[in-house]
Amino acid sequence: MGSSNLRPRTAMAIWARLGFVILLLFFSATLSTALYEDQVGLADWHHKYIGKVKHAVFHTQKTGRKRVVVSTEENVVASLDLRTGFIFWRNVLGKNDHIDQVDIALGKYVVTLSSGGSILRAWNLPDGQMIWESTLPVSTPSKSSLYVLANMNVGKDNLILVFGGSSIHALSSMDGQIVWRKELSIDSLEIQQIFQPHDSDIINAVGFVGSSEFAVYQISYRTGEVMQQSKASFESGFCGEASLVFDNLVVALDASKSSLVSISFKNEVINFHQINLSDLVPDFSGKVTLLPLKFNGMLAIEIASSVLLLRVKGPNELEFVEKISHPFAVSDALPLSKEQQAFAILQHDESKIHFKVKSDNDLRNEILQETIQMDSQRGNIEKVFINNYIRTDRTHGFRFLVVMEDHSLLLIQQGEIVWSREDGLASIVDSTTSELPVEKEGVSVAEVEHNLFEWLKGHLLKLKGTLMLASPDEVAAIQAIRLKSSEKNKMTRDHNGFRKLIIVLTRAGKVLALHTGDGRVVWSVLLPALRRSETCGNPFALRVYQWQVPHHHAMHENPSVLVVGRCGHGFDAPGIFSIVDSYTGKVQNSLILEHSVSHIMPLPLTDSTEQRLHLIIDAKLQAHLYPKNSDSLKHFFNEMPNIYWYSVEIEKNKIRGYSLESKAEPDTAEEYVFQAKELWSIVFPSESEKIAVTATRKKNEIVHTQAKVVADQDVMYKYISKNILFVATVAPKAAGEIGSATPEDALLYAYLIDTVSGRILHRVCHQGAQGPVHAVVSENWVVYHYFNLRAHRYEMSVIEIYDQSRADNKDVWKLVLGKHNLTAPVSLYSRPDVMVKSQSYFFTHSVKSMAVTATAKGITSKQLLIGTIGDQVLALDKRFLDPRRSVNPTQSEKEEGIIPLSDSLPIVPQSYITHSLQVEGLRSMVTIPAKLESTTLIFSYGVDLFFTRIAPSRTYDSLTEDFSYALLLITIVALVAAIFVTWALSEKKELKEKWR
Amino acid sequence: MEKGKGLARRWAVEFAENSSYASSTSDVPDPIGFNRSASDPDDANASRQKKDAESAWKAQKAWEVAQAPFKNLLMMGFMMWMAGSTVHLFSIGITFSALWQPISALQGVGKVFEPYKDSKVDILAPKLLFIALNLAALALGVWKLNTLGLLPTHASDWVSSLPPAPEVEYSGGGLPIH
Repeated sequence: MGSSNLRPRTAMAIWARLGFVILLLFFSATLSTALYEDQVGLADWHHKYIGKVKHAVFHTQKTGRKRVVVSTEENVVASLDLRTGFIFWRNVLGKNDHIDQVDIALGKYVVTLSSGGSILRAWNLPDGQMIWESTLPVSTPSKSSLYVLANMNVGKDNLILVFGGSSIHALSSMDGQIVWRKELSIDSLEIQQIFQPHDSDIINAVGFVGSSEFAVYQISYRTGEVMQQSKASFESGFCGEASLVFDNLVVALDASKSSLVSISFKNEVINFHQINLSDLVPDFSGKVTLLPLKFNGMLAIEIASSVLLLRVKGPNELEFVEKISHPFAVSDALPLSKEQQAFAILQHDESKIHFKVKSDNDLRNEILQETIQMDSQRGNIEKVFINNYIRTDRTHGFRFLVVMEDHSLLLIQQGEIVWSREDGLASIVDSTTSELPVEKEGVSVAEVEHNLFEWLKGHLLKLKGTLMLASPDEVAAIQAIRLKSSEKNKMTRDHNGFRKLIIVLTRAGKVLALHTGDGRVVWSVLLPALRRSETCGNPFALRVYQWQVPHHHAMHENPSVLVVGRCGHGFDAPGIFSIVDSYTGKVQNSLILEHSVSHIMPLPLTDSTEQRLHLIIDAKLQAHLYPKNSDSLKHFFNEMPNIYWYSVEIEKNKIRGYSLESKAEPDTAEEYVFQAKELWSIVFPSESEKIAVTATRKKNEIVHTQAKVVADQDVMYKYISKNILFVATVAPKAAGEIGSATPEDALLYAYLIDTVSGRILHRVCHQGAQGPVHAVVSENWVVYHYFNLRAHRYEMSVIEIYDQSRADNKDVWKLVLGKHNLTAPVSLYSRPDVMVKSQSYFFTHSVKSMAVTATAKGITSKQLLIGTIGDQVLALDKRFLDPRRSVNPTQSEKEEGIIPLSDSLPIVPQSYITHSLQVEGLRSMVTIPAKLESTTLIFSYGVDLFFTRIAPSRTYDSLTEDFSYALLLITIVALVAAIFVTWALSEKKELKEKWR
Repeated sequence: MEKGKGLARRWAVEFAENSSYASSTSDVPDPIGFNRSASDPDDANASRQKKDAESAWKAQKAWEVAQAPFKNLLMMGFMMWMAGSTVHLFSIGITFSALWQPISALQGVGKVFEPYKDSKVDILAPKLLFIALNLAALALGVWKLNTLGLLPTHASDWVSSLPPAPEVEYSGGGLPIH
């Protein structure tokens, strides 16, 4: 207890601490910040995802584990168990290392091509270990593809061909060595396809030169030598899309995208045939796209809202096969035998999906036809991959790996969903939390309530465990009881505030509510407003906010969240609003705004129905007030003179502050629109500074006290302002990667700016420092992380801001009598007198993101949460980042808990809150205060999700989870019994004495 | 059981109204000329002397009692010095007993001097000394409490729970959302 790091060392705090000492004496509970092995999974959960699948390769030929290798938009390459959907292994590539293609080579390596065709890697199929990596010299990043040659000779090394632009690389699949490399043309050649005619040593490459020339190359497989080449130009040009239909026939789209051109080539002769689509489709108009599907002798084109399957009979002969209307998905062709290929067509019919598998021999009939019911919250089908297996009656059966609109992945076999993965959760955009409903009398949502006997039995078991009397079986039983404790998964609010709903918004536009107990999805909704529609072609999700949190007035109503999106990627694209019930996931309201969304400001105001007021600022700097009702307007007008906003313009290297003014007539629609009036601007000199990062305090952060008690009972007053902005700028020369600039060129400026008045409160320069900068602001301090070029190490700095104008308030009697103005409202236009303390330390890790713990009342000391490059979350006590640290602290400073200064921050292995787990692709950490003051809930997300709760000053306000109530009970009973027994004995003795 | 006790007379009944032990003064008249009330001057002298001795003894005893807290004070001081100035169970225990003892002593100040109460003995002075010494002990306890930092005598004790001052202005915004 002596090392407890409770902050305020005042009389009160000591009294409080005294209480704990006594409490501890009674219960002798073991307190520890680190976890024991058997505590893993009690309060935390970790879910693994992979993201939206882009490519899938099945590996089912051999006996043994059947698997599917997938690559995803989150740059994950993973091997999934085909029976269960579990991840066998998974590798997450870097953030910018996008996977272009994935394939299996030699039957034992997974080959991935990534980073625009410049990196080829081979992974061991059974366990995902990397076998080799090869970097290809690609001059210009272009659309690259991978072609793994089919087994030429079994047992021999096969070549992997990578082509993109005009070059082809051939690599050995054994060790990744480049066998040969061929630059086919100096012109702007775009190789479209590489293929190998059956049983030959020659590979063919076809492509377009410029926009009107078609080229065919025949290349030796062994040496890369060009055996034959031919070119021909086509007067109306090509648009660049082409599909290889036969070994000697390519069908391409012409430049106008309105007609097809079939290109046949044989022995250096290239013939073009233009095919008019109106012959095939009577009512054709508009533009055509070729679907990039690999069929033999078939072609799929997309016209307006439907897809046509065409069969190519000859160079100028196409046959219309089938028309499929949206929404649909077509798979690549799957060879069933030497002559036969199959492909699948999936079609949506409201909540049903029809599966059809056809063979290219017989297009009129289906090999297989199935229909399944699909959850409407999964949206439409986006992609399908098929795989076949041989049934016992020697016929073919098919499995379908389906990617849905919400990025979920399903395996369907025999008309049933075998498994599904909610992989949209790998791409969370934003999150918020919601309280669960209050438990009402009689309406218990709890599934199983323990009866008294069960309860006692469980506790007796625990007692046995504590006293080390339990057998191994019983120990296992204890662990099982702890892990599946129904208490933590209830759907009602708990006393400690540990049970909540985390509401997440994914990139697919799906909103999901996760229970903090075990991370299960309570409800999910694919927002109709964020789905592709005619009014909004390319919607995407931006943010989620708390919209209505009923407290007093609207207690019977459910809380709701506001989801904000945007139609299209431009800043001036119209915004999308959707309000979703937090308990049920029902969409209450959704609309497409008339204006764009560039800033969203939740205001500290609510209307009479407890709906939070939001200001949406559009690209034209107009502020729009929501919700649009007269009540909210009334509340807003009261506060309007005190509401300001600012905009950080990175391109212009500028920060501008505005106030609001209303020019509209009352009772018009314009009433809710306010104009911006520019108040101030800070322009950073663009030749020496470039904005690297900005950080602000969380608006909902609660600070307990304005005073900091320092050694010898002295007081320092913190400068606590919600309107403080931290800006870090770096020298433009040193804005690139680490090492791209010399220490002399690198400069990092840190600013503290008051966003109401635009006043720069503090500015500090770090010489020889460069980005990437990460910063976190809390209470009266900023911590930022950057790279020090001189020391060749990462560094972390802390700035603490104190208010000197309050420093005179030190007269005890005035304070006792309340004769001070310390709690009077302050205006930021009063001239602040700020004192700053700062210090820097070395830090070993590079950082992905930073956050700070938050507790309900702000009493508990803070911990920094650092997302390390290894995708773990490290909790670092703020005490280590205290600018008052010195090499030799005085006795009173030591008592205060000041740690002697060291040049680097310690990394204690036990303080990784993710313990042995990794949150792959870690992007953000969210801290949510629990009701219990000591505890904060942490939700970190990236590709994976991880949730836990931590107590930065230990759980000083509650007993530990494994506290033995049975032991306490038994002790009390024993004591009471002892009292009675001794009383009876003494009575007896006394009587005896009297008879003497 | 002891032998002697076993032989001891357990009970006895006295049938005569007056036991042989009871004094006969009430029933048997005094001899003529004997005046019980008029005491023997010699005897009276002796009794006065005895009384004086008793009151002197009482006064002395009262002073002794009054000075007793002084020893306590010294012992407390030593214990406090031993306990040190950090907050832990031992120092807290010492401090609390240092506070509690004088308070309980002061509460029972009348009772303490009850046996020495006499018309001739002046117990006010020892009482005052007793009170003063106990107050000194109390002061010592309070001082100890203060050295432990448990008394709100600093500004920090009064401002540490003051919430931050509310701000008039509200500002939002930041980087444009993309």
